[in-house]
Amino acid sequence: MKELFSLFITFARIGAFTFGGGYAMLPMLQREVVESRKWATEDEVLDYFAIGQCTPGVIFVNTATFIGYKRKGIPGAIFATAGGVFPSLVIIMVIAAVLTNFAELPVVQYAFGGIRVVVGVLILNAVAGMWKKSVVDKLGVVLAAIAFLVVTFTGLSPVWMVLMGAVIGILAKSFSAAGKGEA
Amino acid sequence: MQLVILFLEFFKTGLFAVGGGLATLPFLYALADKYPWLQSQQIPDMIAVSESTPGPMGVNMATYAGFHCDGVLGSIVATVGLVTPSIIVIIIVYQFLERFRTSRVVENIFYGLRPVVVGLIGSAGFGVIVLALFAQDVSPVDWTAFVRWKECILFVLVLAVSRKWKKVHPIALILAGAVAGILFQMG
Repeated sequence: MKELFSLFITFARIGAFTFGGGYAMLPMLQREVVESRKWATEDEVLDYFAIGQCTPGVIFVNTATFIGYKRKGIPGAIFATAGGVFPSLVIIMVIAAVLTNFAELPVVQYAFGGIRVVVGVLILNAVAGMWKKSVVDKLGVVLAAIAFLVVTFTGLSPVWMVLMGAVIGILAKSFSAAGKGEA
Repeated sequence: MQLVILFLEFFKTGLFAVGGGLATLPFLYALADKYPWLQSQQIPDMIAVSESTPGPMGVNMATYAGFHCDGVLGSIVATVGLVTPSIIVIIIVYQFLERFRTSRVVENIFYGLRPVVVGLIGSAGFGVIVLALFAQDVSPVDWTAFVRWKECILFVLVLAVSRKWKKVHPIALILAGAVAGILFQMG
C-alpha cells in the first residue's frame, strides 16, 4: 500500500512539473524514478519511451503505466497513471471553470517564456546523459543523427524512426553475428 | 448516457492516437463536428491552455473537452476514457516483453531503438530551445531582434548551474525559470 501511494505521489509530482509534452517529462523521470526511487534503470526508461512512442495513447501515461506495473502489477499501473493525470485534472478544471482567458494572461505568458528556457536546458542535459549511456558505437551515432535530422526537419512521424531503429537493430546484429560465424 | 458516449469517444482517441498529445487533435476536431458541446473554434484555446499548463497535452485536452460536456464529472470520465486503452495495451506489452526480454531479437531491437530515442528526444529539445531563444515572428536577417537576449542569458545561466550542481532538482529550476520569466517579461 505504501508503495502504491508513493507511485501516486511521485507521478503526480512529475505530472505537475512536466511542461510541453511527453518528452519534457524525461528529466523529471530520470531524477525521480531512476535516481531517487531506483524503480527502473535509465535503459528501461528509454525502452519504455520507445514503446510508448509507437503504442497508442499518451506517451506520459504509457510510461507511467509501465513503471507502475513493473513495481506493483495492475494496482501499480493504475496508481501511477492516476497520479500522473491528477494535477492536469485539477488545474484544467479550475481553468475551464473560472480562468477562461488563462493562456492570454501576460503573467502566464511571461512565466512560460522563462519555463521554456529551463525545459530546453533540462532536455539538453537529459540527452547528453543518455548519449553517453545508449549511443555505444558508430551505428548508434548514425541512428541518433538520422532520427534527429528527419524528425526535426521533415516533420515525419517519430513512429517511423522507432520502427527503423528496431529493424536496423535486428539486421545489424544478425549480420555481425553472421560475420563472426555464430549465426 | 452522455457520460457513456464521452467515455467511449475518448477511449477511441486513446486507442488510436499514436505518438503523443498532438496526435489527439484530429480526434478532437471530429468530436467538434459530431457533438454540440464542443465547437471547433474552442480547440485552439484548448491547445493554448494545454501548452501553458503542466501535464501531458492529451490529458489536458481530454479534461478540458470533458468539462465542457459535463463539468467535473465529464472531465474525469473523459480522462479515464483516454488513459484506459494505454493501461490495457501497456500491460499486454509488458507481459510480452518480460517473456522475451532475454531473447536475442528483443535485445537487438532495443540495441537499435535506444539511439533513435536519444535522437527523437534531442529533436524535441531542439524545438523547445529554438522556440524559447528566438523570436518566431521576426526574420533571422534582423538578428538583433531575432535573438531573444534575455532568454539566452537565462539559458546560459541555467545550463551552468545545472551542470555544476547536478543535485539541483529540476522542479527548483522550473520554478526559478517561471520567476525569471515574470520578472524580466520573457516569452
